[in-house]
This record gives sequence, C-alpha cells and structure tokens, in this order.
Amino acid sequence: MTLFLTVLIAVYLTIVIANAGGYVDKIAETEIRTNIAMVMRENPSFRNLSSEDQKKFLESRAQHELRRRGLDQPFPIRSLYHLKNAIVLNLGRAMYMTSDSGSTLVKSIILERLPVTVLLFTTATVINFFLHLFLGLRLSRKYGSFWDKLVISLSPSSVIPGWFYGIFLIMIFYSWLHILPSGGLVDYPPPSGTIPYFLSVLKHMILPLLSWIIASLFLGIYQNRTFFLIYSTEDYVEVAKAKGLSPRQIEYRYILRPSLPPIITSFALSVISSWTGAIVTEFIFNWPGLGQTMSQAISYFDAPVIVGVTVIYAYLLTITILILDIVYAILDPRMRIQG
Amino acid sequence: MEKENDKNEEIASEYSLKGILKEVLSYKAGVASLVILCFFLGLIVYTVTTFPYKEAIYQWNSSNAHLKRPRNAAPLWWGIFSGKNLPKNINITFNSTEGNPVTKEFPFNYDDFPTEINIFFKAKYSGSPPIVKIYWERPDGEKIILKEHTIRSEDDTLYLNNDFSLENKLNSEITSKIGSPIDFSITVPRGLFMKYSDKLDVLKGNYKITLETEFANKSDSLEGELVVYGKLYGIAGTDHLRRPIHIALLWGTPLDLSFGLGASLSITVIELIAASISGWFGGAVDSLIQRLTEIYMVLPFLPIMIMISLFYKLNMWSLLFVVILLSIFGSGIKTTRAMVLQVKTLPYIEAAQAYGASNWRIIFLYIIPKILPPIIPNLVASVPVYVFLEAILALFGVLDPTQPTWGRILEDAFQNGALYKGYTYWVLIPSALLILTAISFSLLGFVLDRIVNPKLKEL
Repeated sequence: MTLFLTVLIAVYLTIVIANAGGYVDKIAETEIRTNIAMVMRENPSFRNLSSEDQKKFLESRAQHELRRRGLDQPFPIRSLYHLKNAIVLNLGRAMYMTSDSGSTLVKSIILERLPVTVLLFTTATVINFFLHLFLGLRLSRKYGSFWDKLVISLSPSSVIPGWFYGIFLIMIFYSWLHILPSGGLVDYPPPSGTIPYFLSVLKHMILPLLSWIIASLFLGIYQNRTFFLIYSTEDYVEVAKAKGLSPRQIEYRYILRPSLPPIITSFALSVISSWTGAIVTEFIFNWPGLGQTMSQAISYFDAPVIVGVTVIYAYLLTITILILDIVYAILDPRMRIQG
Repeated sequence: MEKENDKNEEIASEYSLKGILKEVLSYKAGVASLVILCFFLGLIVYTVTTFPYKEAIYQWNSSNAHLKRPRNAAPLWWGIFSGKNLPKNINITFNSTEGNPVTKEFPFNYDDFPTEINIFFKAKYSGSPPIVKIYWERPDGEKIILKEHTIRSEDDTLYLNNDFSLENKLNSEITSKIGSPIDFSITVPRGLFMKYSDKLDVLKGNYKITLETEFANKSDSLEGELVVYGKLYGIAGTDHLRRPIHIALLWGTPLDLSFGLGASLSITVIELIAASISGWFGGAVDSLIQRLTEIYMVLPFLPIMIMISLFYKLNMWSLLFVVILLSIFGSGIKTTRAMVLQVKTLPYIEAAQAYGASNWRIIFLYIIPKILPPIIPNLVASVPVYVFLEAILALFGVLDPTQPTWGRILEDAFQNGALYKGYTYWVLIPSALLILTAISFSLLGFVLDRIVNPKLKEL
C-alpha cells in the first residue's frame, strides 16, 4: 500500500516535471483531435461540408471534449486527470514513432519493447547476484591469499560503468576480432525456427551481459566477502566449529544465512541504480528495449513516448523494490513477523 | 597551560590536511591517485592560462577555422602503433613576388596516400583575374599539367579531390600506361602519388609543383598554399569536421571535473544536512524525509534527466542544478541517518543539550563534524559517477552541443561510427581520460576510507 502511494507520487512528480513545458497537455490534446478527426473521416455526412466548415466543426468538438474531460481546468486539477491516465497506462499516442505492429499508441510501443529490456536486465542481475555470492564465499575462505588481494586491488575498477566497458568489448570482439555481433537482438534476417532464433539472441546477449558482469564483478565479490568475514567471526560459528560440523555445513547454515539480508540490501541498491546503466547499455549495444526507444524518441523529439517511457521506468523500479522486499522477507524471518 | 595547548593541537592535527596527505602517500594506491590528480590539475592550469575559453568555443563551433586540417586524422604518435609511415600534413606556400613561374620541391616518403589535396589562393587584382597554370612533376620525371585555373574571387580554393575532369584525365592516362587491368579505383591523390604499376603503391621521392601565373596588371599579386592532407594530425587527431580533438580534451578536463566535483560535493553536503535533521528531530520530520527518499528511489533518474534537459534545453550548469535537485533525497540519506542516530546517544551531545544549545547548533556544530570524516571517502569516490553522467547525457545528445567536453567527443565518435570504421583513437583517447579520472578518484576514496575507518584495515 505504501509502495503504491510512493509510485503514485513519483508518477505525479514525473508528470508535473514534464508538464511544466506543457508537453503532457499537448499529448492529451493531440489525442482528442486525432480521435475526432478519425470519427469525422468515417462519417459520410461530413463529406459534403467544405474544408472550412470541417475545420470549424473539429475545433468546436475538440473544445467540447477538452471541457468534458476537464482539461480546461487549472493545472492542479488537470494534472490529476493526467495522473489517472498514467496510472492506468493510458499514455496517449506517439507523434512520429510506431510500434513494429504499426500502432501509434505509446502503450503498445512500450509493451513491445519491455520484454526485451526485462530479458537482458534480469539475466544480468541474476548472473551477477550468484556470481558475487559464490565467488565471495570462496574468497572469504581464502582470506589473505593472492586472489583475495587481487580482487581487493581490482575493486576500484567498478566505478567505471558497464556501458563504458561495452564500448571496449565492441572494439575488441567486433571491430578487431570479428567474432561477435556489435549489437541488436537477433541476426538479420532473423533465423527461422525457435532454436536458431534463441541461439542468435543468446549470441547477441553475450557482450551486453559481459559488460555488466565485468563492471560489477570485483566490487561485488569484495563486498560479499567482507560480509562473510564479518559473520564468520560470530560466536555461534565458533560453537558450530566446536560441535564438529563440517566446514560446508557451517558455511551454509551459520555464515551464508545470516549474512544474506545485508547482502541483499546492498545488492538491491546496486540493482536500482543499475537501471540507469541499463538504458545506456541498450543504447550502446543497439538492444531494442526501452532504453533504445528512449534514445529514438529523443532523436524524433517524440514527447509522448519520452514521458511514457519515464513513467514505465518508475513502475519498473517499484516492481524491482517490491520483488527485493519479498525476497528479503523470505530470507529474514524477523522481517516477516514485523510484516 | 602550555602543555594543554600542545595536546589540543595534536588532536586537531589528526585530521589536518598535511596529516591526511602523509597517510594517503603511505599507500601505493594513494600515490598513484595523487599523481593522476596532479596531472589533471596541471592540465587544467595549462588550459585555463594558455587557451581562453572563448577561443576554444569559437574554434570548436567554427566551420572555417579548420579547413587546412585533415578529416578524421589519427594523432601523430598513433603512427608508431600502425607500423606504417603514415603521411602527415604538408603545407607549401607560394607567392608571386618570389618569381613567376615559381617551383617548389617537397619530399614524400610515406607508405600511404594523402587523403585530400587542396590549393588555397589569395589574390589581389584589379580588372580581369589572374590565370594560374599548375604543373606537377613526379620523382620518376613524369610531368603533368594539373590544371589551368582562372581565379574566381579574392579567396579561392581548388578542391582537387572533387575535380572530376582531373580524375578522369589521370584515370585514362594511368590505365593506358599500366596496360593491364587494375582492381582499384584511381582517385586524385592516388593518381598523383602512385607508382605506375598494377599494384597500389606510393612512389616515394621528391615531388615538384610549379605555378605559372598570368596577370592582367603588373600590380596584381597571388599567394597560394598547397595542402597535402595527411592521415596524422596533432596530439589527439581530428574529427569528422576537421576539428582538432585536443580542444575538447583540454577544455573537457575543467568542465567535466567541475561538473563531477560540483555535483558530488553539493549532493553529499545536502544529504548530510537532510540526514542530520531527519535523525536529530525524529517524529514527523523524520518520517517525511524518509518517505521522500523512498519516492526518490522510485523516480527514474536518467529518463527524468533526459526529459528535463530535452524539454527545457538546458546548458551544463543548469543541468548540474537539476542533477543536484534529483539526488538530494538519494539512498545516501539512509546510511547517514543511521550514523546520526548512533551519534545522537553520545554523552557530549547530552552535555550540549544540558547547557541549552539550540537544535541547529547541535546539528551543525556537533553532529555534522562528527559524521563528516566517514562520508568524505564516499564524496571523493562518487565524483566519477557524475563525470560519467555527463558522458551519458552527451551520448544521448541532450547536452549543449557547443560546449567542448569529453562526452561530446564520444558522442561525435558514436554518431559517425568510429567503432565500426576503425577510428579507434577517437574513442580511446577520451575514454582513457575518463578512466584515469574514475580510477584516481576511486583509489583516493578507497585510501581515505581506510584512513578514516581503521576497522577496514583488518579485513
């Protein structure tokens, strides 16, 4: 519930920011006009009218419609109307862009691209999480070793964002070695059959995924290892050792379990901030997701699409936080009781 | 009394600049980061003192200032890696006062062909314009009439690359000389500098160019400049508009670093104050600030940034303000607030309350100085985040294009397919500067973190 309120306010803020330039109003107005024009085109009784009269009629109908929807109201009330539209994903029509199926509805443009973004983002997130977890665990066992020191000294490399590594990966694997595609979702023309299609997508995913993995690898491992080391000095770990439990059991029951909540917390923060990186990564790798839609909308100056994508990102962030909250509750029984 | 003073000084010097510098230098990473930062500092001082900003902006946005520079040329030192002796720019000037006809000789011993050949004329005449005959003599003794040209205006330029009649002439002459069919096209630079064989090779040696001018009046004069455009130019190469990239590299340093430092400094300070207020007052203020941070978490930062900068056409500095506005209730508040809650229970705060210190006095004089040291490393380490943000915004093309920054170069490089066409220097040089910035600040943050949080040293 609080989360819903949060989204409500966030979307509202987005709309207010966008509308200070009058863009959201324009989106609503354009949509009304298009609708009326479409109705008039289909109604044969209008054909006899001169173009002058048709224009007049359109204008008066549009004004009526604006008044009916409350768009002639002062901004605070008008903005609530826009908010309602945004919440139910009624995002208006694009000015220039169309979806692959030919629709100009911003909603269908976005829904077409969304799965592609989610595919890349979730895969990268899941891979990163488990990679950091297990490598961190292994490293905490070899505390002070060569590998440990190497990871520590390489951890500042994570300030360089993933998309930046992406540039170099393209240069190495595409421009120089010619073994991987530089971007896109599938080969062109797309291979027929499910399995070749899937393999082609997989091939195109390697570089974006790799850029994300490299970017967060060392810092992620270093952070997790530090958490494990802190928890491995707890008294109950000593007790477990005294009881004669195997190192593996100790690790999973007494070190991994209690250290997961803080790991998830720091991971959650990095996931939330990585949505920014996702947009740029898609741009660099020409990955046909939301980020690329955004950059296309920028080049066409397609305001409805830009506002729509921004609203969708607010939703995506909320969903991310919601999922992480649930995971948190599963892992930490205390959270469940507090509920 | 004196002894007490000494003691006080000792405690104070624990966090003095000198003390910290000494500690930082005791780490290898610290030394490395300071060396890089000094390099940037030197670069900034050099840029600001020798290259005025107005001049840089003019050169960066002018289309005429770079006519005599090659297009997409790599930096001069790039040739070392290519293993080939790539051509540099050759400029040869003529003046009708030196004699008429005038002949100039120049060596051409490079392994590759020039990219373009232009002749710029500056004429002074009354009545009918002068007519120039240009002869080209190759090292093998071959002599060609390049062109018979009537000067069209006081400032006239011969773009030999676009001269199709010359290209056709060279084509037919050379193919008839070679005899066998060839599998490459003959452009003007190739035709002038190639060996007459069926393999494309540069004819090395001394070339001669002769200008013979016919003046209508004796008082008329003509100056000419032959430019043979190379493939290497300057310390950082040139871009697709012939602009030397080092303009943006030089001015990008102060612009980018001040953007990064300004953003991280102001965001950290505002977050610190907000967190202190939230932690100290508690109650309704606390929950308001906490809810605000949750809302800020859901606000999609980059799309909103892009939206704002696109709709309102902001320049870099108003954008900096927006960045700060969009980050003040960031996730940093939560961790800082936790620290404030710990400090709140310390005895000296209680003492301050007991003698009647106001809330603001306690926040600004007792809480903030106490939690400042552990926050400084984060401040330093977050500078690169905002430097990269500048690059991101430039990449999306929403930044003011007239400002020469590192992100600008990357954007131009991307737009012109530098990654795919092999202009790697165009991407690598600004990237190297970005990486150096990132590494130096993050190493410094890392070292400072170890100094102010000694616990980390054990792990």
